[in-house]
Amino acid sequence: MFDLSELYHDIIFDHNRKPRNFRKIQGANRMAEGYNPLCGDQITIYLNLDGEVIRDISFQGLGCAISKASASMMTDSVKGKTMAEAKVLFDKVHKMLIGETGTRSDLNEIGELAALSGVCNFPNRVKCASLAWHTLRAALKGDETVVSTE
Amino acid sequence: MTTIGNAITSKTCQDSPTYLDVGKVRQDFPILKEKVRGKPLVYLDNAATSQKPQVVIDTITRYYLSENSNIHRGIHFLSELATHAYEDARLKVKGFLNASATQEVIFVRGTTEGINLVAQSYGRGFVKAGDEIIISAMEHHSNIVPWQMLCDQVGARLRVIPINDNGELLIGEYERLLNAKTRIVSVAHVSNALGTINPIRQIIEMAHRWNTPVLIDGAQAAPHLAVDVQDLDCDFYVFSGHKLFGPTGIGVLYGKADLLEKMPPYQGGGDMIRSVTFEKTLYNTLPYKFEAGTPHIAGVIGLGSAIDYLCRIGLEKIAAYERELLDYATDVLSTVTGVRIIGTAKEKAGILSFVIDGVHPHDIGTILDCDGIAIRAGHHCAMPVMQRFGVPATARASFAFYNTKEEVDALIRAIHKVIEVFG
Repeated sequence: MFDLSELYHDIIFDHNRKPRNFRKIQGANRMAEGYNPLCGDQITIYLNLDGEVIRDISFQGLGCAISKASASMMTDSVKGKTMAEAKVLFDKVHKMLIGETGTRSDLNEIGELAALSGVCNFPNRVKCASLAWHTLRAALKGDETVVSTE
Repeated sequence: MTTIGNAITSKTCQDSPTYLDVGKVRQDFPILKEKVRGKPLVYLDNAATSQKPQVVIDTITRYYLSENSNIHRGIHFLSELATHAYEDARLKVKGFLNASATQEVIFVRGTTEGINLVAQSYGRGFVKAGDEIIISAMEHHSNIVPWQMLCDQVGARLRVIPINDNGELLIGEYERLLNAKTRIVSVAHVSNALGTINPIRQIIEMAHRWNTPVLIDGAQAAPHLAVDVQDLDCDFYVFSGHKLFGPTGIGVLYGKADLLEKMPPYQGGGDMIRSVTFEKTLYNTLPYKFEAGTPHIAGVIGLGSAIDYLCRIGLEKIAAYERELLDYATDVLSTVTGVRIIGTAKEKAGILSFVIDGVHPHDIGTILDCDGIAIRAGHHCAMPVMQRFGVPATARASFAFYNTKEEVDALIRAIHKVIEVFG
């Protein structure tokens, strides 16, 4: 049986209604775009890198609740982190989204982002949740080709 | 006189020629008994593909069990049997479209291949640099991209008939687009994203004043409306088997014989030739000239069976029933606060595209899916339509004659749930 609340956690609704860091950073030194043409989810990520540290991060775009909440939580969680720390977090979130997270303590480590743990039971929504993260990875690499997770 | 409205709920009018006994037809579709996520399946994604009646499944099974053979070549019993079944299906399609001859019925993989065939074959023969091709703003990508490809190849220009806010073609604009350089007009009979039924008779008649042939994309129309290609005087008509309660991978291109005769073959290979030497190949006659290689024999025979099934029910009856169901769904959905219906043409087939304030169509799709309700969410392979209406995507419920008023009620209940959850 599928339980909707597994996917649509209250935290997801909150971020969908009030996305954090939903703006453009003027003078951002890194930027990347993500687009899933089949569903129309579109995201632009702006970064201000200070050496290895993500001083500021924001996003803009259109998408479903899952993609918007994922992007919003992501910006909150990587702000102030180093690029290396952000990459570690990317791997953890990626594992969670494809259902490979082992223990509860793994989930505890990623805090609020654990609200996305139900996504792995909805295979056709994994691409929604992962779009922002793959776009972030492209921005960190300085890759300017448009990212897709379809 | 019995109204169709009563037909949806009443059990008292079995003898009426307009009555469609939905309870009875549902028995013909085994998949409708399935449960999805523990709930009875409510299948409202018929514009994407339709379900298959038992008789079609049985026909395909029988072919593979006891008739399987290649066609048009063997001298053995099974080959004769398979060839007969294959050509018999062509005869059924001829009757279904009221084509004047079986040679005008060409089997293709689907609507997409049918349009590509005409774009490439007619295009190679008749479209030159500076010529113009007219399509409309509500076309599926499969009736846009093949023409763009042709335009790139030969240096022709694509012109687009605009639509109004209801999703209706602006016929005055179409009139202005037609000119001596127009080589072909290609428009949908029914829009897959909006449900609009286009005035194709008028569109054809206007193009013919310029001696321009017209292709009608019938993918969304043939399963739901009676089509008479001679009466419409259309030059090409294409549709897909899988949307017509038949198998996937099979479709039909109807073309007027005199046009098809003048067109070069689309693909080369076996079956489409009369004789081959390294110096010169003579092509086969119609329709085989356009059917290179071993075709989807089981698909063709299955399609023939689906056509028989549809004709037994009657397309007039189906169209009336689906119209009643659409009107009911439209009336109820229109009263739901926060819902906007995309596609409000006066003439519509059973397609209901909508958006909900503050909720992305994918979220609508997932929540409905949890209740066993299958709809489509996305751009419906009609991105220019989405741009025209300023939405990235829509949710789309699309009906078939086996859907019921109760299923529409389930849809509406689930939509209320979406609004409540996202409220």
